[in-house]
Amino acid sequence: MTATGQDTRDAIVVGGGLVGAAIAYGLQRQGLSTVMLDEGDVAHRASRGNFGLVWVQSKGLGAPHYQHWTHASAQAWPELAADLLATTGIGVGLHQPGGLHFCFSDDEMAQRDALMGQLRREAGNAGYAYRMIPAAELRDMVPGLGPQVVGASWTPYDGHASPLHLLRALHAAFQDLGGLYRPNAKVTAIKAAPRDFTVAIGSETVRAPRLVLASGLGNADLAPLVGLSAPLRPERGQILVTERTRQVLGLPTHVVRQTEEGSLLLGDSKEDMGFDTLTQTPAIMRAIANKAVRTFPWIAELNIVRAWAALRVMSPDGKPIYDESERYPGATIANCHSGVTLAGAHASLLAPMIATGALAPEMSPFSARRFDVQKAA
Amino acid sequence: MFRRRPEARPAAGDQLVEVFVAGQPVRVPEGASAAAAVLLSGTPAIRTTPVNGAPRLPYCMIGICFDCLAEIDGVANRQSCLVPVAPGMRIEPQLGARAARIEDAA
Ligand code: FES
Repeated sequence: MTATGQDTRDAIVVGGGLVGAAIAYGLQRQGLSTVMLDEGDVAHRASRGNFGLVWVQSKGLGAPHYQHWTHASAQAWPELAADLLATTGIGVGLHQPGGLHFCFSDDEMAQRDALMGQLRREAGNAGYAYRMIPAAELRDMVPGLGPQVVGASWTPYDGHASPLHLLRALHAAFQDLGGLYRPNAKVTAIKAAPRDFTVAIGSETVRAPRLVLASGLGNADLAPLVGLSAPLRPERGQILVTERTRQVLGLPTHVVRQTEEGSLLLGDSKEDMGFDTLTQTPAIMRAIANKAVRTFPWIAELNIVRAWAALRVMSPDGKPIYDESERYPGATIANCHSGVTLAGAHASLLAPMIATGALAPEMSPFSARRFDVQKAA
Repeated sequence: MFRRRPEARPAAGDQLVEVFVAGQPVRVPEGASAAAAVLLSGTPAIRTTPVNGAPRLPYCMIGICFDCLAEIDGVANRQSCLVPVAPGMRIEPQLGARAARIEDAA
């Protein structure tokens, strides 16, 4: 492609994070010649800050479509991980032994049980297995559990993986299959027509009948250009990382997980800090550390070697947005704050829908039109 | 904030401190770092890396590279270049990742 040339493809994906890369990989695997446009390190880069859970439990209360989608993604994950390994030689560290959510009082146990029971009722025929496990039994599952832990909820669907290895593997597989990755490719304009999109990156353009916007918080500005809306806000999460230790924690939990390399990741904070990822907030870091130590007192002795903050991509109700343009068929947007959990669904379920040209009917509850209804009501 | 480090190799008149590197006695000038004792001891590696098991010795001597990690007086993963020697100090190799010390809460 020359500086002023035009590249014609089957699909354009805007966004090179976990969501964009999973979809681009899925499209390329479907045989569509795809270009992935990645803005650069000025972007917010949520994928670089992910905790790395493949998490099903507690997702989608009152929204069975979201519960199904998350569950389906967890089921698609083993094949995704195996395909990525076969294509690229990169292991993404997937383990799905089930996961634990700890409770610290009988009240919390009862509330959690009620929540999990409600999720099971909403799951209907799809099924939703879970157990409330008392502390005495938990002590055989995880080492050195703190005396304040009363119990935990467990589902067999939960797991974890390395977000960074996943991102690298998706990029590598996409390119191995012939996809074109364009770094430092900030979208400067979009010309939309039904099944005909021209995207400008400075003086260059790419053109394709399919356009996927998967640029995280960037979608808020881009979606209107194709007749859609993506009302998103950043929600900050912080993570602390300990020095590597020998494998000790056999299954992931909502507050602590041990990576394949041995580091313990401590997390689960939520803050509204706008787009600020740099200001350290000791109170939040202390709260993260305290919760981890309450759960596993032996963590107190480990050194913290890194800490960071990243921005979750949140919609008003916290659920993903998948939408297709009525005005410009062929344009799709995808937004979520679970780029790791939903990678399986994005590559194996969403990409084939986009390839055939329409989202499946069961995706309609994910449309951002749900927020218009709320406003009108 | 800054202070001169003594020469690691003992000179005449130095106050010497005896420490143990992987069990072997080594005498170093007072105020030297544990990493200096490691280098003087001739031990082939003071740590092995957690993922690949590659052998390492102190390298930067200023707290940056972490290649001097050792178990010092029973505390795992200490940067020996930042720890001044003390009489009788035990500096043991840090082989791979440390173990978490789990005592049963019960
Ligand atoms: S020698 Fe580099 S950190 Fe100690």
